Amino acid sequence: MDLSYSEDHTLLSESIARFIQNDYDFETRSRIAASDLGFDPGVWQQFADLGWLAIPFSEDEGGLGADPVSVMILMERFGRGLVLEPYVPSILLGGRLIAVAGGAEQRSRHLGALIAGKIQLAFGHGEPGGRYALAHVATRAEGGAGGFTLSGQKAVVHNAEAADFIIVSARSSGEVRAQEGISLFLVPRRTPGLTVRPYRTVDGLRAAELVLEGVQVGEDALLGEEGGAYQAIEAVTDQAVAAVCSEAVGVMDLLRETTLEYLKTRQQFGRPLGAFQVLQHRAVDMLIACEEARSLALMATLSLDKTVTERRRAVSAAKARIGNAGRKVGQEAVQLHGGMGVTDELKVGHYFKRLTMIDTFFGDAAHHLDRFAGNA
Amino acid sequence: MNIELTSADRAFRDEVRTFLATSLPPDIKRRVENGLELGREDYASWHRILYEKGWVAPGWPVDHGGTGWTPMQRYLYDEETAAASAPRIMPFGVNMVGPVIFTFGNSAQKDHYLPRILSGEDWWCQGYSEPGAGSDLANLRTRAVRDGDVYVVNGQKTWTTSAQWADHIFCLVRTDPDAAKPQQGISFLLIDMRSPGIEVKPIITIDGGHEVNDVFFEDVRVPVENLVGEENRGWTYAKFLLSFERAGIADVGRSKKQLAGLKRIAAAELSNGRPLSEDDRFREKIASLEIDLLALEYTELRALSRQTSGKEPGTEANILKIRGTEIQQRITELALEAVGTYANPYVPEALKDGWNEEPIGPEYAAGVAPRYFNWRKASIYGGSNEIQKGIVAKLVLEL
Repeated sequence: MDLSYSEDHTLLSESIARFIQNDYDFETRSRIAASDLGFDPGVWQQFADLGWLAIPFSEDEGGLGADPVSVMILMERFGRGLVLEPYVPSILLGGRLIAVAGGAEQRSRHLGALIAGKIQLAFGHGEPGGRYALAHVATRAEGGAGGFTLSGQKAVVHNAEAADFIIVSARSSGEVRAQEGISLFLVPRRTPGLTVRPYRTVDGLRAAELVLEGVQVGEDALLGEEGGAYQAIEAVTDQAVAAVCSEAVGVMDLLRETTLEYLKTRQQFGRPLGAFQVLQHRAVDMLIACEEARSLALMATLSLDKTVTERRRAVSAAKARIGNAGRKVGQEAVQLHGGMGVTDELKVGHYFKRLTMIDTFFGDAAHHLDRFAGNA
Repeated sequence: MNIELTSADRAFRDEVRTFLATSLPPDIKRRVENGLELGREDYASWHRILYEKGWVAPGWPVDHGGTGWTPMQRYLYDEETAAASAPRIMPFGVNMVGPVIFTFGNSAQKDHYLPRILSGEDWWCQGYSEPGAGSDLANLRTRAVRDGDVYVVNGQKTWTTSAQWADHIFCLVRTDPDAAKPQQGISFLLIDMRSPGIEVKPIITIDGGHEVNDVFFEDVRVPVENLVGEENRGWTYAKFLLSFERAGIADVGRSKKQLAGLKRIAAAELSNGRPLSEDDRFREKIASLEIDLLALEYTELRALSRQTSGKEPGTEANILKIRGTEIQQRITELALEAVGTYANPYVPEALKDGWNEEPIGPEYAAGVAPRYFNWRKASIYGGSNEIQKGIVAKLVLEL
């Protein structure tokens, strides 16, 4: 057993830290968040040039063949920098779904372009009323001559408006919450019948509601076998959940450090806030929450190539605890900053909002606690 | 980075397992497994078995009888002994005074005491806390006054675990009441418990048990050669002692074992005609606790990995102590909740070996409430969890 970083890991971590420091300070980030697109295509291209978009893909897929720990490192750094660029929807969901479920032709056509930064992807899966049940797919896929007709709705699809292709899950058989019968389709965003209603999210990202009304796609749009996509969806979302756990670790660390600095400098009653024991103990509780979050994000990452049961347990354990720990650290960071903590001006609130929304990503703390308990 | 054990570590773990399977006496194992009381002889005989195997003091330097194990091997050893329901080794000799003696003692002290600690011939207890010196340990008042070849000791120690069984006590005593700071006038003395003037009085704890004692000293004459290191430097040795035994402070292995026991209780108890373990609310409580334990385990593994790669252990020991004890207490709390109304009967005889009467309620229920009450000690002893947070705030956060 060895839980230390390799030299490659350290280099990756340092290079992303340098990028955040030099090219992605909080002002830059705020400007990008306020732009129409919500992310910076130049920055995205920089990610491609630096090889970061290739990290989660094997050499066969045109990637770097890096390990899950590299994704963990990248996401933690992105969390610290509160990076807006759509790495999770485009690369970790869209790209990984094509890599895992797609055929050779689909992989070679799309993954090269994705890794080069030429196309954007999104994953339209969750639906109104489905909450976090991963198998809840009411969107229908009717097979016909030469293709499929898709009808239904998708909720809170990140990066949908910017995406060149949206991977849509739809059902050709089975009950609404059955694992069997779900298929994945690669749908060009400008397909007749597909309505994208875009909006900003509270944490500065971009998402959209999708309405599919008789959307016609060809047979070549089907990713993998018809009706057999659930295992791929679960595996890919577990990887993405582990990744956002690491992102949360970065966000939490930054919040904790910022708060600690404030406790040391802010003077009240003639002494720094940090001289008060009641606040010292709360600062220690924040440290413990951050350390435990880091431990569990690591555990989840290292489980990704294990058995399905081990993976489910580890990923859900991490997501459940990080949901709670993130709420605690976020709320404490705001509280200990006093009135300043609730201003838009300070970065604390922006990190808090991202952390809060991470809890809703593919299942909140309650959902994952239940999933963990069910996989004993 | 990888989480798998090396083949050498796996082989080591198998060796430990085999040893435990063949050498742990079944009657002791049964008592540990069922939460029955252990007597002095239970601890002593397991100590002797480990001593003969050469495994009784893994943390000691090899020259003094240690095992030379890596931090990972020590971790695995702790995990396996807990899983096998082996008793703890009493820490006062092996983990506490022993390291102080081999680090600061003179050669006569090392030659005399260390072999007797290893073999289990001498039993030790710890004389630190006093009625007026708990968390504020440096406020201790037990006086040692030099009189020719002896120190004359007067005062009182308290919370002294197993003083009723011990041959010796290591004591912090005040030798210079006029020192500029309270920490500066303290010395570290080794005292024979059979010395005239020592009186041990039991303290009965809320579980009804007798683990701790008051120890009174009245004109107890202690030879000056029993002073460890230099006079008035005892605080330094005391702090060293507190920092020595970092390994295993989280006690993950033992908590895993206890959690498994809790799950067995929850599976046996009924709620609305179904096993309590299938009750959604109770299942979530156990799941949440289990995740806490996983977080603790991986936090310890991360610390272990840093240590293996040659980095100094940090103050994670304080965090492991805080969370480790909170988790231990939570397990006892959920067990109490699980047995429900059968937490009520107080039948201390049922926890003694050889009690053959019909149990009241389920057999597993007898020790649950005493254990819950007893275990409140965990967040208080060894530096209360509030003191631990104070240390982290000061040393890690620099507040």
